[in-house]
Amino acid sequence: MNSLTLLMFLPIIGSVAVAATPKAKETLTKQVALATTLIVAAATIAIAVGFERDNVDLQFVEKYSWIPSFGINFAVGIDGLALVLILMSTILAPIVVLAGWNEAHGGRWSVKVFYILILVLETMMIGVFAATDVFLFYVIFEAMLIPVYFLIGGYGSGERSAAAVKFLIYSLFGGLLMLASIIALYVMSGAQGGHTFDLAALSHLEMSSTTQNFLFLGFFIAFAIKAPLWPLHTWLPDAAQSATPGTSVLLLGVLDKVGTFGMIRYCLTLFPDASKTFTPMILVLAVISIVYGAFLAIGQRDLKRLIAFTSISHFGFITMGIFAMTSQGHSGATLYMFNHGFSTAALFLVGGWMISRRGSSTIADFGGLQRVTPVMAWSFFLAGMSSLALPGMSSFVSEFLVLVGTFTRYPVHSVIATFGIVLAALYILIPVQKALHGPTTPGNENLSDLNLREKIAIAPVIAIIIALGFYPSPLLKVINPASAHVIAQMGFTDPAPTNGDK
Amino acid sequence: MTTSNSLVYLIALPLLGATILLLAGRRADKWGHILGTLMSASSFAVGLYQLSQMLGRTNEARPVTQKLFEWISVGTFNVDAGLLLDQLSICFVLLITGVGTLIHIYSISYMSHDHDRRRFFAYLNLFIAAMLLLVLGNSYLNLYVGWEGVGLASYLLIGFWNHKPAYATASKKAFVMNRIGDMGLSFAIMIAFATIGTVSFEGIKEHAHHTSTGALTAIGIMLLVAATGKSAQFPLQAWLGDAMAGPTPVSALIHAATMVTAGVYLITRSNFIFDAAPTAQLLVVIVGAITLLFGALIGTAKDDIKKALAASTMSQIGYMILGAGLGPVGYAFAIMHLLTHGFFKAGMFLGAGSVMHGMNDEVNMRKYGALRKFMPITFVTFGLGYLAILGVPPFAGFYSKDMIIETAFNAGGIKGIILGTVTLLGAGITAFYMTRVMILTFTGKSRWDDEAHPHESPLLMWLPMAILAIGSVSSGFLLSRGDALVNWLAPLFEHHGEHKELLSPIVVSGLALAMVAIGVAIAFLKYSRQEVAAVAPEDVSVFTKIARQDLMQDRFNEAVFMRPGQQLTQVLVKTDEAVIDGAVRGVGQLAMGSGSILRGLQSGFVRSYAALILVGASLLIAAIWVVTK
Amino acid sequence: MDAANYLYLSALLFTIGAVGVVVRRNAIVVFMCIELMLNAANLAFVTFSRINGDLNGQVIAFFTMVVAACEVVVGLAIIVTIYRSRRSASVDDASLLKR
Repeated sequence: MNSLTLLMFLPIIGSVAVAATPKAKETLTKQVALATTLIVAAATIAIAVGFERDNVDLQFVEKYSWIPSFGINFAVGIDGLALVLILMSTILAPIVVLAGWNEAHGGRWSVKVFYILILVLETMMIGVFAATDVFLFYVIFEAMLIPVYFLIGGYGSGERSAAAVKFLIYSLFGGLLMLASIIALYVMSGAQGGHTFDLAALSHLEMSSTTQNFLFLGFFIAFAIKAPLWPLHTWLPDAAQSATPGTSVLLLGVLDKVGTFGMIRYCLTLFPDASKTFTPMILVLAVISIVYGAFLAIGQRDLKRLIAFTSISHFGFITMGIFAMTSQGHSGATLYMFNHGFSTAALFLVGGWMISRRGSSTIADFGGLQRVTPVMAWSFFLAGMSSLALPGMSSFVSEFLVLVGTFTRYPVHSVIATFGIVLAALYILIPVQKALHGPTTPGNENLSDLNLREKIAIAPVIAIIIALGFYPSPLLKVINPASAHVIAQMGFTDPAPTNGDK
Repeated sequence: MTTSNSLVYLIALPLLGATILLLAGRRADKWGHILGTLMSASSFAVGLYQLSQMLGRTNEARPVTQKLFEWISVGTFNVDAGLLLDQLSICFVLLITGVGTLIHIYSISYMSHDHDRRRFFAYLNLFIAAMLLLVLGNSYLNLYVGWEGVGLASYLLIGFWNHKPAYATASKKAFVMNRIGDMGLSFAIMIAFATIGTVSFEGIKEHAHHTSTGALTAIGIMLLVAATGKSAQFPLQAWLGDAMAGPTPVSALIHAATMVTAGVYLITRSNFIFDAAPTAQLLVVIVGAITLLFGALIGTAKDDIKKALAASTMSQIGYMILGAGLGPVGYAFAIMHLLTHGFFKAGMFLGAGSVMHGMNDEVNMRKYGALRKFMPITFVTFGLGYLAILGVPPFAGFYSKDMIIETAFNAGGIKGIILGTVTLLGAGITAFYMTRVMILTFTGKSRWDDEAHPHESPLLMWLPMAILAIGSVSSGFLLSRGDALVNWLAPLFEHHGEHKELLSPIVVSGLALAMVAIGVAIAFLKYSRQEVAAVAPEDVSVFTKIARQDLMQDRFNEAVFMRPGQQLTQVLVKTDEAVIDGAVRGVGQLAMGSGSILRGLQSGFVRSYAALILVGASLLIAAIWVVTK
Repeated sequence: MDAANYLYLSALLFTIGAVGVVVRRNAIVVFMCIELMLNAANLAFVTFSRINGDLNGQVIAFFTMVVAACEVVVGLAIIVTIYRSRRSASVDDASLLKR
């Protein structure tokens, strides 16, 4: 069985097919790209069906020698965590392609290049979550920057070049710190039983606590930049403001998850002791992110920047859940990653449609859309409700799990974070009121409502959000064993009920 | 415990209605209101069926449960989507679906000219479903879903005419203030899970007795915070007046009869926590007492008929909260007042809607007057509700409110005397402002605007009002006959010994009636004997001015929370750009600056490059020479 | 004769060449000075070959000659082209890199 490798290379094959389409037939190009992403999504679902959810070991494991002289392998395999994230990425891809049907027009390069970049990026998205060789992970981690750089810089709007460069340099900086740590791990592995980049082998390395702390920071800073954690977040609003909505979905929905995914898969596994040492500091940063992101979202005038800041708040929740080290917090954080992908996708896609129709992303330029474009307004409203974690929406389940899981071990952090839910009501309802309610702003009277293609694109997102809000068990059953495994590896057990210490 | 497979239909039917109406869009405009009403009515039918089943069983076997599916299960945190229908929740189910259906019928006519009537019915159905989930959930987390669900429905309905900016703001305000309360509920659930290890009613009830008082007090206070948000109690009461922006049937259903009483349900449902946490219980009583006076005082100064009724609702819920805070002796009376209030207040709101309907949506009572002749049915039904809220025997309020006053007096010691006095005082003020509403609206001379042509409302509107009026007359008598409701609910609450009586029931009734008479008399002297100005006079006392501004609640919130919050946001936005992003850009500029300094070496002159190479090579050789020497 | 004398000569030639490169402006002269430095190096290689008694130094000297020949071809072509376009063979005039 080499299903994972096949899955990884399906989008590449698709991109070759896209490249082969004649330049004049742009619709054909888009259709080929859409078909490819749909096939990949179907293939991922097939893999998910074959996944044994109670098995905590890596599954679908493959290993090919890549650079033997350095002990580098092309090694992949997935557990519940990786499966959930790959599933999210591959389901989002066709939605992004369909939703952003006309995004590539007005770019610096042709429509074809846009879809080739998207498909290459999809391959890397699968690879980065599936990699079990640290070197392979690093290579994909850095290589992912390239398509995104071109997607922002080539097809974005406004100050797209500056935003793309800022994004690239920020990420490269973190990536290089991680590279230094990886090389150090490699060198140490040579002294302890042979050079290797294998994740499982590296996790058993013996090292002094000082070394572990420094290497941990190398990884963690890279991931904290990716998953924007305060105060390393300033690239995100700029990038999200300049990128096309589809790119923003992939950027915030998938790429940023590599950061939180990496915290679990690499920081916790490779450096359990250092993780414990830094937990208090990281939790404080996470709580700051939650509240700070929410306040800044309230203060934004630009719709895209607002959504970006809400994500900073949400990533604070995810990070808090990860480092709370309880099964509820951990499972909640993983579920949060999945749910955030869809709720952000909904916000960005609908927001993108609103912006492209109005020709402005300033919230004050909208107004009264509920009367003019009811379906679009409803979609935005539901996306917003999902973002503020209304019960019945999927994000509520994950947010509540994170809060309750954190509360059992770190009540103060959890209490402060809970104030974020009031702020969330504000940062969603303020733009909802300004954009959807009130009298129709001059210039908006003739905006067109969502067309069939857009309805087809947004319907599954909203359906997933609501369905998982009421019935998250299928995902939780995949996530729980993986989370429990990590918690157990770290040597933690859930705090027992205290009965108020009676 | 008995299980049942049909509980889910109570919620599923209205939810299905809401879904169909929302998804079908304009295609459903023709029949949407009928479907909505049918769904609500069939849910009521299911409720009646459940009641009949329940009556046929013994006390212990009456509660029924239904497990729908496993909802959230992580580690020891296991929450099923499960429903629980017991003696307490059946009262609410029948109130919600019964009054709800009447209001659906009323709305068919009331909203008939509105372009978006279908959407209105979709929201109403959504509300019914969420409210039923609130009272049927078998754990705090399930309740929480309904709790925020009704908040959402309330938001949508308050902002139903959200093209008017003030209405949109009112709906946002209601949602945000409710969220502050919801936060309290979140905290309560988190504390419950951390200390007791479960969030289901049954589980917590079982473990409550070996949980420390401190933990239970914390849970209780947080539940109280939740209740103050949803039930518009002090200090989270400010949203209710603005919520009157919604269509009047909404005010009747959500902001009078059902949703705002959810706080009373929550406290009664959590009796096992409050009984074991006296401090939390005391706070409940204090909140109730403050709010019942607070609401009543606001009510005395409002000229907007809906806002006057809203203030009255706030005050009446204060009575219920106070009753619920008095422990096992008070729960049943709180619920009884809740049910009777559901009848008479919903009836009065519908009456107000009927008046507005005939008066071109005018809400200012100073522009009413003499409507008795033009709207006889509205006058009679409203009048019956008025007598009920005053507590005139044998109308409904006489039974329920007097019980709370009596229980308050019997609470013991100074506490009992203070609470009793407060509730009596409240009754007097209630009589004053309700009489004022009656006089200004229905009697005296007409003060209408020129284009007003008052007329009686059509059958579909007055029929629900009539039915609710019958309820206002009879419900108190029926519920208290032979202590029917008290005995019905008794198995749910732990009983303590008989309380000693400070005042006998007859004395209490006498005192209450005396207070009411004084209130009515003052109102008559002030508004019936004198000419009422069509424009609110400006030369009024400071107290009136403060009361007109809702006792400064909005000013306080704006000064203490809103403006500092806005300033903080602005400061943070600027800080983010200047300091954090500034630091990042600073690093970039540092790199560029050092680059521009080094650029000076790249003069373009070949010979200077050659000289540099020469110098460099010489230095290198010298270095090697020094090292190897 | 002492082999070290060849090395002194080589060093002298190299210094003359290096000074010439830095001091002179005419591209042709600079070029010839570079050749002088290369040949100084060649002389040193051959001398070392003689001292060590093997052929490695001589082989490298041949390499250097070939590289020098190639360099002359390319370098002269560049100089001629620059002269054609700018009517000057001064290296200071061709300071285009700066801009």
